Parts: sequence; structure tokens; C-alpha cells
Amino acid sequence: MNDMTPTREQREAALEGMGCKRKRVEDVRFTQGKGQYVDDLKLPGMVFGDFVRSPYPHAKITKIDASEALKLPGVIAVLTAEDLKGVNLAWMPTLAGDVQMVLADGKVLYQNQEVAFVIAEDRYIADDAIQLVEVDYEELPVLTDPFKSMDTDAPVLRPDLEGKTEGAHGPRKHHNHIFNWEVGDKDETAKAFAEADVTINEMISYHRTHPSPLETCQCVASMDKVKGELTIWGTFQAPHVIRTVASLLSTIPEHKIHVIAPDIGGGFGNKVGAYPGYICSIVASIVTGVPVKWVEDRMENLSTTSFARDYHMTTEIAAKSDGTVTGLKVHVLADHGGFDACADPSKWPAGFFNIVTGSYDFPTAHLEVDGVYTNKAPGGVAYRCSFRVTEAAYCIERGMDILAQKLEMDPADLRIKNFIKPEQFPYQSALGWEYDSGDYHTAMQKAMDTIGYRELRAEQKAKQEAFKRGETREIMGIGVSFFTEIVGAGPSKNCDILGVAMFDSAEIRVHPTGSVISRMGTKSQGQGHETTWAQIIATEIGIPAADIMVEEGNTDTAPYGLGTYGSRSTPVAGAAIALAARKIRNKAQMIAAHMLEVSEYDLEWDVDGFQVKGNPEARKSMKEIAWAAYHAPPPNMEPGLEAVSYYDPPNMTYPFGAYFCVMDIDVDTGVATTRRFYALDDCGTRINPMIIEGQVHGGLTEAFAIAMGQEIRYDETGNVLGASFMDFFIPTAVETPHWETDHTVTPSPHHPIGAKGVGESPNVGGVPAFSNAVNDAFQFLGNTHIQMPHDAWRNWQAAKNLGAHS
Amino acid sequence: MIPGEFTYHRPSSVAEAVAILVSHGDEARPLSGGHSLIPMMKLRMAAPEHLVDLGGIADLKGISEDGGAITIRAMTTQHELIESDLLSEKLPIIRETSLLIADPQIRYLGTLGGNVANGDPGNDMPALMQCLDASYVLTGPDGNREVAARDFYEAAYFTALAPEEILTAVKIPTPPAGHGWAYEKLKRKVGDYATAAAAVMLSMTGGTVTSCSVALTNVADTPLYAAEAGDILNGSTLDETTVGKAVAAAEAITDPASDGRGPAEYRTKMAGIMMQRALARAAERASA
Repeated sequence: MNDMTPTREQREAALEGMGCKRKRVEDVRFTQGKGQYVDDLKLPGMVFGDFVRSPYPHAKITKIDASEALKLPGVIAVLTAEDLKGVNLAWMPTLAGDVQMVLADGKVLYQNQEVAFVIAEDRYIADDAIQLVEVDYEELPVLTDPFKSMDTDAPVLRPDLEGKTEGAHGPRKHHNHIFNWEVGDKDETAKAFAEADVTINEMISYHRTHPSPLETCQCVASMDKVKGELTIWGTFQAPHVIRTVASLLSTIPEHKIHVIAPDIGGGFGNKVGAYPGYICSIVASIVTGVPVKWVEDRMENLSTTSFARDYHMTTEIAAKSDGTVTGLKVHVLADHGGFDACADPSKWPAGFFNIVTGSYDFPTAHLEVDGVYTNKAPGGVAYRCSFRVTEAAYCIERGMDILAQKLEMDPADLRIKNFIKPEQFPYQSALGWEYDSGDYHTAMQKAMDTIGYRELRAEQKAKQEAFKRGETREIMGIGVSFFTEIVGAGPSKNCDILGVAMFDSAEIRVHPTGSVISRMGTKSQGQGHETTWAQIIATEIGIPAADIMVEEGNTDTAPYGLGTYGSRSTPVAGAAIALAARKIRNKAQMIAAHMLEVSEYDLEWDVDGFQVKGNPEARKSMKEIAWAAYHAPPPNMEPGLEAVSYYDPPNMTYPFGAYFCVMDIDVDTGVATTRRFYALDDCGTRINPMIIEGQVHGGLTEAFAIAMGQEIRYDETGNVLGASFMDFFIPTAVETPHWETDHTVTPSPHHPIGAKGVGESPNVGGVPAFSNAVNDAFQFLGNTHIQMPHDAWRNWQAAKNLGAHS
Repeated sequence: MIPGEFTYHRPSSVAEAVAILVSHGDEARPLSGGHSLIPMMKLRMAAPEHLVDLGGIADLKGISEDGGAITIRAMTTQHELIESDLLSEKLPIIRETSLLIADPQIRYLGTLGGNVANGDPGNDMPALMQCLDASYVLTGPDGNREVAARDFYEAAYFTALAPEEILTAVKIPTPPAGHGWAYEKLKRKVGDYATAAAAVMLSMTGGTVTSCSVALTNVADTPLYAAEAGDILNGSTLDETTVGKAVAAAEAITDPASDGRGPAEYRTKMAGIMMQRALARAAERASA
């Protein structure tokens, strides 16, 4: 070797592989405004669709008269449910096993429900025409309170289900009941409660909110009647699933449907399901023979396309007097609105809510979830969380704080006492999961030491005394949250969407000159896949990430995958990528052996090529091997260097973390100021620490918003309140706290690279940290539990109720 | 979020603008910064058939002082208010208030005239103008008339401005040097309207208040000039009892809506808290 030969370290650095803080390659276009989103698409002859929506939350439709609208120049057609019946599309199946109206069929079930679809030459004409469609409504009694859904005299919301005693998930016990889901051991749990020294029982609500991506849902559908082919560009987190659903619904063969998800401006669960806008655009393009664009506005997005949460969780914990937990009992009342449009794996009506035992060693537990209908928008999507995991984490993390209060124990100490111990992994939870790995004690200790937990408690005590003496009007709260996520859906044995197993896929092709194109079944909406997928490949096959192109979202070119949501991309597609890359490396080894005239067993891998064991100067780089694969492959070997992998994960992954929030609240205004927020995440192997940090910042900002004010509210007459960014809380940089991030690394034992997924952890763990901080601040005044969101007026109200205002 | 059809006019003089308003009556609306009107049009809650953009009228720009009064022409943007040396020196409360309006992008376009003329109780400038005892110059087909800010507001979006008139300038008596001032605004986030806000101007001599005026934002369907509160404070040393009485008097005239910012009771109490905090800061700033 001469001086010019790069060292091993230099060669490794040149790859920008796993562990490298590689800058996001997609940002070159995003930061210059050069992304290509659905609404940037302009096709020749394209027309526009827009909805007539119901002002009433519950009403019969007695007449729809579009004649005036059709007279307006530029209006092409107005579709109603009657038209859709002709193609059997007035209703569509939901991912949760329910059916949902595409356009109002005889009645409406929530305010702003889609009633008719106007197709016009431009958006302005479409909106003018909407005002001209006359709809006669006959108002019906409105049901907004889920606790009243199953009253005997509750109005019948779904006449289409009348008399159906079986739903998609078992028996229905009332005309507004959707499902009952039960997990765990009822008798053992009852026994634990009967024998407990201490129990708690609290109804903990997680309010209705919305994923609210900056780009709303939208699509362009284009039917080529000559070829019989349908192309749909859309904001799809799961393009292949959309293709399959579109084929099943439209009866167009799947190979003649092309689904393309271009750049997407955030999804957070909002863009998993199928919406009436997609179906109507497709039908409209089939009817008109020209491309049809549909773009939702902000109010439509917030008020109709898939809310999140709305879980009301009666939480009971049994414990010994020393703090050891002995049983957990949770009943959830789940408000799904007018249709159950949850985007969960099909067999899981309440998602993975049975992760509700959290990070603690509960010997027994029992969980029941009842889903009900109300006159609200349909949904129940996973807003930046694996299915219903954030609800579960909130439930148990609030519950543990309430138990600590009752036991007069420190909430951090109570958690440590009950943690699953490192030697218990893999751990079978009382509600049926096998936790793959974890080291909770180390993470918690590191977090407490870093933030100075004991000192903060001492400061808090001093402040409480000062408050009681009238020296300050500020109170201090410390929020503790130790969450365990369950992500990476999932193993085919228990996860499917409409029958398609939830595997994922990768295809990698190495070109003759040693650069790479790779395609996956996932679809980034901002997660940075173009950057991180290339890093995995770079490390695995020794080709610089800069020479690797990552392409997602085109169902014609990408291998079939189930998409990106539920933090599943890294646990599932990330594994497929590593395994496809390893197939390539295995073939490369055979080629290198041929080139070096040695046995492949005499070779060893060295960063970016193979070398002869004991003779590192006899080596072939991947670049040389790639050329040989196309130029002179070994005899009897197929030319080329590419591989495909479909990965069915053996288990979920279980990221975890310790979050601490320090908050000061002005009792006179209720304004809460987050003084510190520390987030320690353990997501196993870290692919790109900078992207992880960005993901954590984003998820914490959402958690902050949700806990401190973000809400979709309805008044008692069913009007949706605040469905605009005027009222729906999206924090700016000014309101957002400063984030301190940290990590430990406990690799997943069953994942090829040990990675677990991280995008959703901060939302899951962040919400309880904020809520616990607020509740903790008020605890010394006698508080047990204050419901979220903790906006200023509610904090003021809490202070008032606790006698803090003179 | 798409407006109906309208005709766009861009006159180059006030007279021309007034003439367009006269010829179209109720169907025309003047457009200044557009941050209230355009969203209303997109929601089709406002549907003027003629939009008269005042942005091309050079006469409607500028800030000047003459004979004990400061005149701010209507199309002066909030950004220009913030940048004005004259205002920073003589009327710093305008800068403080402007900085609490929305965000920089909006302040580059939003104007003082639009903010005070629209009659939106959420706007910050109307209460401030009442606090400062400003008057508005209204220009119509028959020339100019002046209306005091304290008499201008009738109900939400209803004001003394006639459909064929344009609010062309705001005149503010120059306050005495050494006065104390503060605008306190409670809001949920940047860009939000006030949950409640209070403007306070006062002068003090030897620890005693010699003049005081108080006005409140977004706690009724109009801005509120809290005359009684100011009277109670005038002549006092801002002792706790007197401040308590003044706050109670101010709270008594509020009639806020319950909305996403909180229930009415909360917003009334916040008006009191904002006033109390504004008073304390104004007193600190006043030369005793």
C-alpha cells in the first residue's frame, strides 16, 4: 500500500453507512420548494372535483337537486350516492371491517359529511356550483356523547346495520355498538383486586384530535379508456394497499391500475385509509374520461378525514402496600364516530392497545374495549403511533402516577420497582405480547441522573411551601413517563390488512459501474427514507450511500409492500433491505472468489469489498465485482447483481424510553411553561442519529400540542368546533419547548440489524410526560387527575377548583 | 376555501376609490392588508362583488407629527409602525402592541387602517386607539369627518363607517413625555387573537397617578374603553385596594364569548389580570 491508499476508517467514512449523521438527501429539493406533490401535478384536460357537504350532524336527506349547478358553464357533472350505486360504490369497506358511505345515502351521520361530488373545469367553478346544489335535510336527534351511545333510547345512527347482531369482531349488544374486544384473564385479575392492599380507579380520557399533516389528502385519478388502465396519484402512505383496494372495488384488474405516491407533505396516519375523495375522483374519471383532481382544504381535512384517539379508559390498578403491582384492569369506551374507519391491522379492532401493561411486570391483567357510534366524523387512525399504543401508554403512565400518589411513593421509584427486569426478556406480558428486549433500569437511571431528578423534587417541595406562604403564584410540576412501544407490524401470524400479510419488501439492483437503484414497499412522508435506506445498503454492500438511489411510491416499479405507518418501515422494510443486500453480498463473494481464483471460503468482507484472508492486498472492491457481474461472471452463474427480499418479521419490536418534563404553571392565567424536556430513547441500532433526533423533535412537538391544547371538539348539537388552524393548536417555534435528547442502545435480537423504529416513540411517550407534569404540579393542592388537553383555561379552571384563587 | 367571483379595482387616489364605492354601494368593499377580508371571502362569509384595493394610493402612507398630534395614514403597515422612530420615541405602546399582532409575514401586509376599520373585536389596535383617545378620519363623497375611536364601534363588524366612506387616517394626541404605557396580551399561540388583552397609558407625579386610561381587547363584541377603571385609578397611588376596585370595574363591562380560548368567566378574569399586569408595567415605566 502506498500513502494514497485510503485507510480502513477513510473507506468506512466514505460509505456514509449506518451510524453516520448523513444529511438528508431529499432536503435538497424540499428546502428549495422543488418537491413534487400531488397538487403540483397538471395533466392535459384535467378537471376538478369538490364536495357538497352536510351542515347537519344527523339528518335524513329528502332531496338533492343539482339542476341549477349543472346549468353553470364549466360544470361537467354532479355525482350523488344514486349515481355511485350504478357502479356499486355508494358504500366502501373500511379497514376495520365496517362499511362507510362514499356519498350520503339517504342520510348524513356527521357534520361536513360528503353529500355530492361536483366536477367542473376549474376549482373556482366547482366551488360556485357547490353553492347551487340544493339539498333538503330533515334533522334527526344528535348523539355526540359516547357514554350515551348505548342508552336504550339512543337514536339509531346506522339503519343499515339494524338487526345485525354480529359485527366484524363478534356480537353487537346495541344498535350503536360496534364491537367488544376482550383480552386477558378476568378471573385472575378479579382475584388480584380482591387481595390487593391498595387499588386505584380513574376514568382517564384521551380526547379526540387529528394528525393534521401540512399537506392535506388529495389525488388525481386518470382513466385511460382505450387501454382500460387507471392511474392514481395520491397522498398514500400505503400505495400498494390502495391499488389492491381500488382493484377489488372497481373490478379493474390490478395490473391495469397504477398507483403513484409522489412527495408527501406529512402523513402521521392521516393518509393510510381510503377516503370518499379518492373513490369519487376515480368514478368521475371513469365517467368523464379525463383526469380528475381532488384536493381537500384544511377545514375538510380537520373535520372529515380521520381523527385520532377519542378513547375513554377506566383504569384500575391493584398493588401491594410496598408498591408492587399485582393486577391491571382497563375498560375502554372507544368513540369511532359515524363509521368505524380505524386503520388497524384487520384482526385488531382496538389496535395493539393490549400493550397497556407498559413497562411493568403485571402478573395478571384484563382489558375490554367497546367501540360505539356517534354523530362525529369517522376514523380512529394511529396519529404518529403504532395502533392505539399512545392511548395505552397514556393510560398506564397516568395510572402509575395516580397509584404513586395513593401510595405516597415517588412516581419514578414506583416505576423502577415494577419494571420488567433485563433478565426477564424475552418477556411474556399478561395481555399476550412477547417483548423482544429491553433494559429499562439503565435507561431510567441515566435519565434521572442527567436531569437531576432528586434535586428537582427538592426544588419543587420548596416552591410548594413558598406558594402556600403566598410568596409566588407559580407552581412546578415534574412529569415522568417511561413508555414501551410496540411497533413493526407485523408478523403474518397475527397481522394483515384485508387479508394481505403485513410483510414488507426491498429490491436492490447494482449497476455495472457500481451504483445502485433500490425500491421498497414503504413510502416516506418526510421520514427520510431516501437517506436512511441508502445507509443500510451502504454498510451491507460497501457502496457509498451517495451512489445509491432510493425510490418509493410507484406500484409499477416498487415491490409490493404494506407502506409506512406504525413505525413499521425500519422494523420490517429495514430488515428486507438488509437481507436483500446480504443476498447481493453473497453473490459478490462468489464473483470475487472467481476473480481472485480462490475459494469463496478463503475470502473475508472488509468494509467495501472482499479480501483474501491473511492477504489483504489480494482484494476486490464492490465496484470491481459489480463490473465483473455484468462483464465476466463466473461460468454457470447468471450475470447481473440484484436481489429482492420480502420480510415477514418473526416478532414486533419494542422501543422504549424515559421522558421527563419540568413545567411551571402560572395559576392566575393557567399558562404553562415547559422549562425542560428531556427525552431518552432506546430504538435499538441507530441508523442515522441526526434523523432520529429530527424524528424525536417532531414527535415531541406533536405530543406537546396534543397534551397542551390540540383538540377536535364538538358542541352538544354536533357542530365541529375549531376545525381550522385558528383554533386547532399547531405550535410554532415560539411555543415549542427546547428538547434535550439522549439515548441508550438495546438492539432488537430478532432484527437483522437490530433496529426497532423510532418515529412514533416521542408522540407516545411525550403525551404522558406533559400530562403528568401538569397533574403533578397540582397534586399538592389535592389533585388526582385532570383530563387533557391542558390548555391555559383548563389549568386556570383546575386551580380554581382546587381553591388556588382567592 | 375558494372565494366567489368579484371585480378587482385598484384606484390611485382616495377620490377615485370613494367614487367606486359610491357607484357600487353595499356591493363594494375596500381592501387594505386583506388579512381579515380575504379569509372571509374564501369561506364565502363575505362576498363583495367589487374589491377596491387601496394599495395603489400613495396618499394613504406615512406617519407624521403636527401640532400636538401624530397622524398615521391608513395604509401604513404594522411593520412600518414597528420600524417608525417617531412612534418608538413618542408612542412606544404602538410598537409594543404591533409586535404582538400575528407574525412578521402578516405585519408586512396588515395595516393600521384595516385593523381599526374592520370592526373585528379580536383586533388589537381598536382598544389601543380608544386608550390613546385617537380619532379616525373618514373620507366620503362629501369630504372628511372625524369620529373618536371611543365612539366608532357599534357591534362586531358594525362601525360608524358608511359604505361609501374610507378610513383614511388615524390621529392620536401626542402623550406627554415620561408617560407610562403597556399592552398585555394573553394568547394561545403566535398568530392568535387575544384571549384577553389590556392597554394602559398613565402619567404619574410623586407616586400619584395624574392621568390614566385603560382599554380592553376581545372581551366583548367591540373593543372596550374602561372609563370607570381609569377614573378610579386617577389620583391614586396604585395601592392594592384601588387597583382591585379598578380591575373589578373593568371586568364588569366585559361580555366575552365562550370559545376555544376559554369560557366567558375565564376571559373576563383574564381581562382583569392583563389590566393588572399592564398597570404594573406602565407604572414602572412612568417617570415618577
